[in-house]
Amino acid sequence: MEFILQPLTLLTFFPLVGVLVILFMNSEMKTAIRWVALVTSLITFGISLWVLSIFTVSSPDLQLEAKYPWIAVAGWNIYYYLAVDGLSILLVLLTAFLTPISLLSTWTAVEDRVKDFMIFFLLLEVGMMGVFLAQDLFLFYIFWEFTLIPMYFLIGIWGGPRRMYAAVKFFLYTMAGSILMLVAILFLGIQTDTFNVPTMLARLPDLYATSITPQTQMLLFIAFAAAFAIKVPMWPLHSWLPDAHVEAPTAGSVILAGVLLKMGTYGFLRFNIALFPDATVAAAPWIALLATIGIIYGAAVSYAQTDVKKLVAYSSVSHLGFVMLGLFALNPQGVAGAILQMINHGLSTGALFLLIGMIYEQTHTREIKVYGGLWKITPIFGTIMLIASLSSMGLPGLNGFVGEFTILLGAFGSKAIGNPWFAGISAIGVIMAAVYILYMFQKVFLGPAGEITHHHDLKDLNWRELITVIPLVIFMFWIGLYPAPFFNILAPAVEKLLSALPL
Amino acid sequence: MTQPQFTDFYTILPFTILVVWASLLLLADLFIPRGRKGITAFLAAFGLAGTMGYAITQVGLSSIGFNGMVVLDGFSTFANILLLLSGLFGIALAHGYTQRMGIERGEYYTLLLFSVSGMMLMAQAADLIIVFLALELLSIPLYVLAAFNRKTQSEEAGVKYFLLGAFATGFVVYGTALVYGATGHTSLYGIFSAASQGTSGLLLSIGAALILVGFGFKVAAVPFHMWTPDVYQGAPTSVTAFMSSGAKIAGFVALLRVFATAFPSISVDMTGILWIMSALTMVVGNFVAISQTNIKRMLAYSSIAHAGYILMAFVPYGNREVVSVSIAAGLFYLLSYVLTNFGAWAVVMTLEKAESKGLEISDYAGLAKKYPTLAAAMTVFMLSFIGLPPTLGIVGKFYLFRAVIAGGFTGLAIIGVLTSLVSAYYYLRIVVNMYFREGDPTIENEPGLAFTTAITAVATVVFSFVPQWLFLLASTALLR
Repeated sequence: MEFILQPLTLLTFFPLVGVLVILFMNSEMKTAIRWVALVTSLITFGISLWVLSIFTVSSPDLQLEAKYPWIAVAGWNIYYYLAVDGLSILLVLLTAFLTPISLLSTWTAVEDRVKDFMIFFLLLEVGMMGVFLAQDLFLFYIFWEFTLIPMYFLIGIWGGPRRMYAAVKFFLYTMAGSILMLVAILFLGIQTDTFNVPTMLARLPDLYATSITPQTQMLLFIAFAAAFAIKVPMWPLHSWLPDAHVEAPTAGSVILAGVLLKMGTYGFLRFNIALFPDATVAAAPWIALLATIGIIYGAAVSYAQTDVKKLVAYSSVSHLGFVMLGLFALNPQGVAGAILQMINHGLSTGALFLLIGMIYEQTHTREIKVYGGLWKITPIFGTIMLIASLSSMGLPGLNGFVGEFTILLGAFGSKAIGNPWFAGISAIGVIMAAVYILYMFQKVFLGPAGEITHHHDLKDLNWRELITVIPLVIFMFWIGLYPAPFFNILAPAVEKLLSALPL
Repeated sequence: MTQPQFTDFYTILPFTILVVWASLLLLADLFIPRGRKGITAFLAAFGLAGTMGYAITQVGLSSIGFNGMVVLDGFSTFANILLLLSGLFGIALAHGYTQRMGIERGEYYTLLLFSVSGMMLMAQAADLIIVFLALELLSIPLYVLAAFNRKTQSEEAGVKYFLLGAFATGFVVYGTALVYGATGHTSLYGIFSAASQGTSGLLLSIGAALILVGFGFKVAAVPFHMWTPDVYQGAPTSVTAFMSSGAKIAGFVALLRVFATAFPSISVDMTGILWIMSALTMVVGNFVAISQTNIKRMLAYSSIAHAGYILMAFVPYGNREVVSVSIAAGLFYLLSYVLTNFGAWAVVMTLEKAESKGLEISDYAGLAKKYPTLAAAMTVFMLSFIGLPPTLGIVGKFYLFRAVIAGGFTGLAIIGVLTSLVSAYYYLRIVVNMYFREGDPTIENEPGLAFTTAITAVATVVFSFVPQWLFLLASTALLR
């Protein structure tokens, strides 16, 4: 019992309770299945709030550890080891928060094979939680690879017309990155004789001083970075993302943008920066370069899109570029801003995908040109869309601004990047974001009514849809107006992380 | 030379039990009427289960018998249990299938028992002569089984397998002769001590290489794999399932024992050859599998590819510090491969119809909607083949790659992971068909198939969470 009742174990595996219940339900009982899934994810969210309440904000260390030997054969020393600290707790909360919201959005959107859908979704939640909580590299790798499988099915079964192509592409792309990480994990495990990250961190400095050369450290950095950069995705490894996003069902897109991409940035934060300090400092300008290209490229390509969902998908490339720029600024502002921006992107892009999904459910098209004048017919929808758009483009007073501003501040003064031009050019990305988002908003909501707006008897958001998006809007304002509590959670862990770097 | 003692038989008692049982069964089968061959199947399974019970009691024991001709150690016990398990699965798959295909005869089960006993002898052989004897004992029944369907394709498969198999055996014998010429011994321990005193390196190396060629045929390693797809496709599927597991285990355990015991002194020459063979096998197996549309051929190439992964375990065999880990890793991978392989073949047989219908990958379209449990099981097997959680496959790959990297062959490990990425493409095609496409497949309800599918699927998933016990078992599998 002690094993089960660990807060983090409970948090990670509670969705399995829902999976078990649903497994034994008749697949015709669609509404009941939906309720079971929703209630499960709400309880999981409750557990995450409980975890937050017993989390010591002032401590920079790993907390609430659940640590048991798992495979203790000679030379293995693999632990079942979950723990949380300031770097991960917000992402854990985001995961627990977005899952019920996504499930609520499927209420009428998913009618086919509801039972399978809910099972895959809850399994995905288990995988994501595990990724953010695992402190043993083997365990982490298992969770990391596991998230692929439910997402693959979500895209492949419930996706759009090109879903098979998108699902396979998503799977192969992501796996291509992570297998190189597997080799690096094994190499580290053999060198340090452990897979447990804190122990590894304690042993690595000696090894870097003796047996592991800087070149090897750089190769290890690259192997880990390959896995994470594909997931983020960083330019030029982003090409799976638009396909996956466009073809995925709404709930899948929300989780994909909201949480799965953050697994990549979180990986950089937790593993690359911590495990390979010298390589991190050496690589920082290059990562900053790729991030800057990504910011500008993503924004430019977004502007060229005719499909709303694709536009938002490419905007993710741009936004995640900011996150990467902030992370590799390697100073407290940059990193804290980057973590907050991960949350912000989850909220704003999540909201945008939800809203696009809601209108798509009625019209079955996402082409910008067929809309127009939507505001008059659906004012509530329009208002919320406006808030989400403004949040996404970084208007002061909303969450996006806080994150991007802190990141740029960090990047300007970064010793690691060593060149303020990256920040300067990236700032243009903020303006470009305003251009493509306002362009989209204007074409869809303002101006004369388009053909779809004419012919369809469009309904405004109903209660369920409002309940789905309002929580996101609340957080957009909260973080935008009073971000201090969020920064306070991050700060100690960020300080600790950066103090180990040779800067 | 002393006379055989009674204690000598203790060393190979599981083998002896099985051979006696198989011979009795051959007689008993004469009195079992046609159409009731289920009794033979049951008796054969009973014999295997009983032998397995005895083999399990031998865990931890170690002895040498018949003047060092055979040996009992943790390694052989592990292999014996695995082989007997394969035999049991082989029978579970065969009974309903042979009835359905109209090829039910009692000899099937007797031949299978003889083949398993040959494989077990192989695992215990400590002398190249016994290795040869065991090789014949395991192969000849398999040749017959491969041609069991008496239809053109099956007979062609049988003849092809026989000709190439005989050819391969020739290599083993010739290699044995050269090794004897170089060292004056056929006993593995004798060869080791003679070789480490610095006897003629070249002749020994050529001999060892020829033995490797012979076994390369048996385990279907590139470039000796050409027969595999044709034979696997032509043979009755129940035979293919058994052959692709049992023969592979036997070939690999013999190779592992012979190389690790007798040839460490020439590891400098052999490591390079093994490295290339392993890399080629992974690359060719996985890449050619992509273009297959018939599931039996696809699984045949997949089994070639997995031979490549298992061969990785051999590469560091000359490194004293790593060799025991890498042997354990090889055995563990074999175990995970065997479970997954039987499961996958059981699903294939569930969908197979008479006259080789239902064997195209496109025949799997829509399976998930109509038979969700079966599709889920197949997905588990495919994930395990790729090496993804939550299956035994990832634990096996982790273990194996770890041993290879510890041996200093990071390059080979990178080839290994990259080719498993390639393999994801064709394994996923089956998942794509089952889940993402519409179709109307029909299945055969047979208890043996359902049982095998269920057991292997559950084991593949459950053991991935609690691999500790299997790890311990594999790590006690030391060579004497």
